[in-house]
Amino acid sequence: MRTSLAVLALAGALAMTTAVTPALAQARTDVKIGLVLEPPSLDPTAEAAAAVDEVLYSNVFEGLTKFAADGSIVPGLAKSWDISEDGLTYTFHLNEGVTFHDGSAFDAEDVKFSLDRINAEDSLNAQKALYTSIASVEVVDPATVKITLKQPDGNLIYNLAWGDAVIVAPESAENNKTNPIGTGPFSFASRVEGDSITLSKYGAYWGTPVKLEGATFRFIPDPTAAFAALQAGDVDAFPNFPAPETVAQFQNDPRFRVVIGATEGETILAMNNGKAPLDNVKVREAIAHAIDRQAIIDGAMFGYGTPIGTFLSPANPDYVDLTAQSNYDPEKSKALLAEAGVTDLTLSLKLPPVEGYARRGGEIIANQLAAVGIKTEVTNLEWAQWLSEVFTDKNFDLTIISHTEPNDIGIFARPDYYFQYKNADFDKIIAELSVTSDPAKRSELLKAAQKNLADNYAAGFLFELAKVGVENAKLTGLWENAPTQATDLTAVAWEE
Amino acid sequence: MPSFLLGRIVSLVLSLIAASIVIFLVLEVVPGDPAQFMLGLNATPEAVATLRQSLGLDGPLLERYFSWVLGLLHGDFGISYTYKVPVAGLFADRIWISLPLALYALALSTLIAFPVGILAAVRRNSATDVGIMGATQVGLAVPNFWFAMLLVLLFSITLRWFSAGGFPGWQDPLLALKALTLPAVALALPQASILARVMRSSLLDTLGEDYIRSARAKGLSQGQTLWRHALRNALIPVLTIIGLQFSFLLAGAIIIENVFFLPGLGRLVFQGITSRDLIVVKSVVMLLVFAVILVTFLVDVTYALVDPRLRRATR
Repeated sequence: MRTSLAVLALAGALAMTTAVTPALAQARTDVKIGLVLEPPSLDPTAEAAAAVDEVLYSNVFEGLTKFAADGSIVPGLAKSWDISEDGLTYTFHLNEGVTFHDGSAFDAEDVKFSLDRINAEDSLNAQKALYTSIASVEVVDPATVKITLKQPDGNLIYNLAWGDAVIVAPESAENNKTNPIGTGPFSFASRVEGDSITLSKYGAYWGTPVKLEGATFRFIPDPTAAFAALQAGDVDAFPNFPAPETVAQFQNDPRFRVVIGATEGETILAMNNGKAPLDNVKVREAIAHAIDRQAIIDGAMFGYGTPIGTFLSPANPDYVDLTAQSNYDPEKSKALLAEAGVTDLTLSLKLPPVEGYARRGGEIIANQLAAVGIKTEVTNLEWAQWLSEVFTDKNFDLTIISHTEPNDIGIFARPDYYFQYKNADFDKIIAELSVTSDPAKRSELLKAAQKNLADNYAAGFLFELAKVGVENAKLTGLWENAPTQATDLTAVAWEE
Repeated sequence: MPSFLLGRIVSLVLSLIAASIVIFLVLEVVPGDPAQFMLGLNATPEAVATLRQSLGLDGPLLERYFSWVLGLLHGDFGISYTYKVPVAGLFADRIWISLPLALYALALSTLIAFPVGILAAVRRNSATDVGIMGATQVGLAVPNFWFAMLLVLLFSITLRWFSAGGFPGWQDPLLALKALTLPAVALALPQASILARVMRSSLLDTLGEDYIRSARAKGLSQGQTLWRHALRNALIPVLTIIGLQFSFLLAGAIIIENVFFLPGLGRLVFQGITSRDLIVVKSVVMLLVFAVILVTFLVDVTYALVDPRLRRATR
């Protein structure tokens, strides 16, 4: 009896194995993506957190226009648009047959609702400032929307591609925080707070159907745990891998592929331009020459990062390489300090909780500044503290921060922004840029803006953050660069 | 007995009120504005102000304190600023990871510590004793997160027996237990070391008592004396330590939860603090305080039931 039971059990086990094996041989149709940060709520139009877009952008929610993998702006829910001669009227022609995940139809009314919602009095949109040029949104017919502007806005098509301007439906908008309903190729399936979010393929998607049946995003903040999760196969890819020190190990492992790409994250040593002695351009220039960018990239970022000399991504076609203007030259730095009459300088250096560029980078920068005779008082802050002390109260001399929003050179023209850069010429360039849509003229202005920042040493421009991705070698279609913070799964598939 | 019980209940209520005031005030003075945190670097000041208002962050201190406490009394713990779901639900989800993990670790540590501690006490000063004491010293010295990483390296990455972390949910209880195994082992090792040492010294103390000599003189064998008299009395300090360890394991497993990316209570509070989700921090910490105070209360009452002297001595 005992033997026969054992035989039976063995047979059962064998049957199970054989049942499973063919399934394994087929290409997988699910993917498990590791992310460092968890989205707070799930409404991209009411959260600043990049983590929201990293899960939902292009997957669950779509805008009129969208970012493509190469950073260009391509049609999204709008299949085309016309711009009037005076640049004040934009007419968008919408795709038809589009439905939201709850089955309701998408039309021009939804577009009007979504854009009006951003500009409403009680709007909680984190990027509201990007859409202030919109005067009114008008429904021409169910498939046509007309946007009228207060003044020409050369950035409108670009800004409409942001996750903050995705199209939501009036019936479901309020519940998007916990149950997001969009028009994308994936619908929201479930969430385990603190652990994971699962999406599944939306069968009635209007565009090219996706190859995956589903996707799970897992949130793993600890670098060591991220390494272990990849090695153990708990996740298939980590698009922004948090442990660059272990990348060499993945590079030597045929099971994995390491993808080094560019981001939109300009990492800067921000200086408080409004506070003495940093209001003196000579002192700022002295600090800029005291910094050895490559040493920071090697020491803090394990070699990943591209030096920048101004505030634009080197991937941008209009980028100008101005690094030579603030080259590493400690002697010049000392001379400039002497010229400015500054002796015995002690500056506060307040660092946000980012292990790589801020904390490790901060130590290196403190050393480099000490070499030219500038002492620093280093304080490590949490994000919330950094936001209140540095960003809101401007109670700092120096801080290291990566500005990850795409094309955000305009922040230097913001009145009363935390680094307090006040330059009338720059403000004029940015004001002109925002009303210009002619590409050649825009390029010229953008170059002038970069030069202005470099000439005035508005900040210590360090490097462009690299995107270090580690993926299963059989997985294809993830973005190499990060023109915006997103994990676009529309082209992802498994190799046979 | 009724007056003793009444006294204990009054002290329980007073402790809770004191705790609620301390928790509330501490979070009031913590720097950082939740609204600014949520809306980030590009937000307009108006949007931040609107959000502050909708989160109920405006208004006088006392009013906000009482509305929070009243909510707690009604079982309303508030809505998480970040997740936008009720805190009670978050707590309920996570207690189903933290509580089983704490119990699992406690069971493992007790299963290891009891036999080891007893063996060391009985074989006092032998090579076995020295070996055990040495091993527990190492167990105490090794940080549990480092031990956890070693476990992951061996069992997840090299052998691939366990996944490196995460929690699949209780739909499949076996899978869930499996996911909790490595974290429980990592948590249990230092606890078992402490417990084994306490067990040994407590047992050695009781073995030196007069009544043990009497029991032996009466003709009981060494084993009988150990089981019937010594062990029972030696257990009291050990149980006290177990009680303390349980409170620690329930909320103090943050580091292990991070290593294994488990969404437990410790990590919920930790994330709540870093993202200034103050309502989550307030309410969850209050619930944990309540749990600890309640356990202490029950222990006090049990002691009094067991030992009549305590009943008379206090009030």
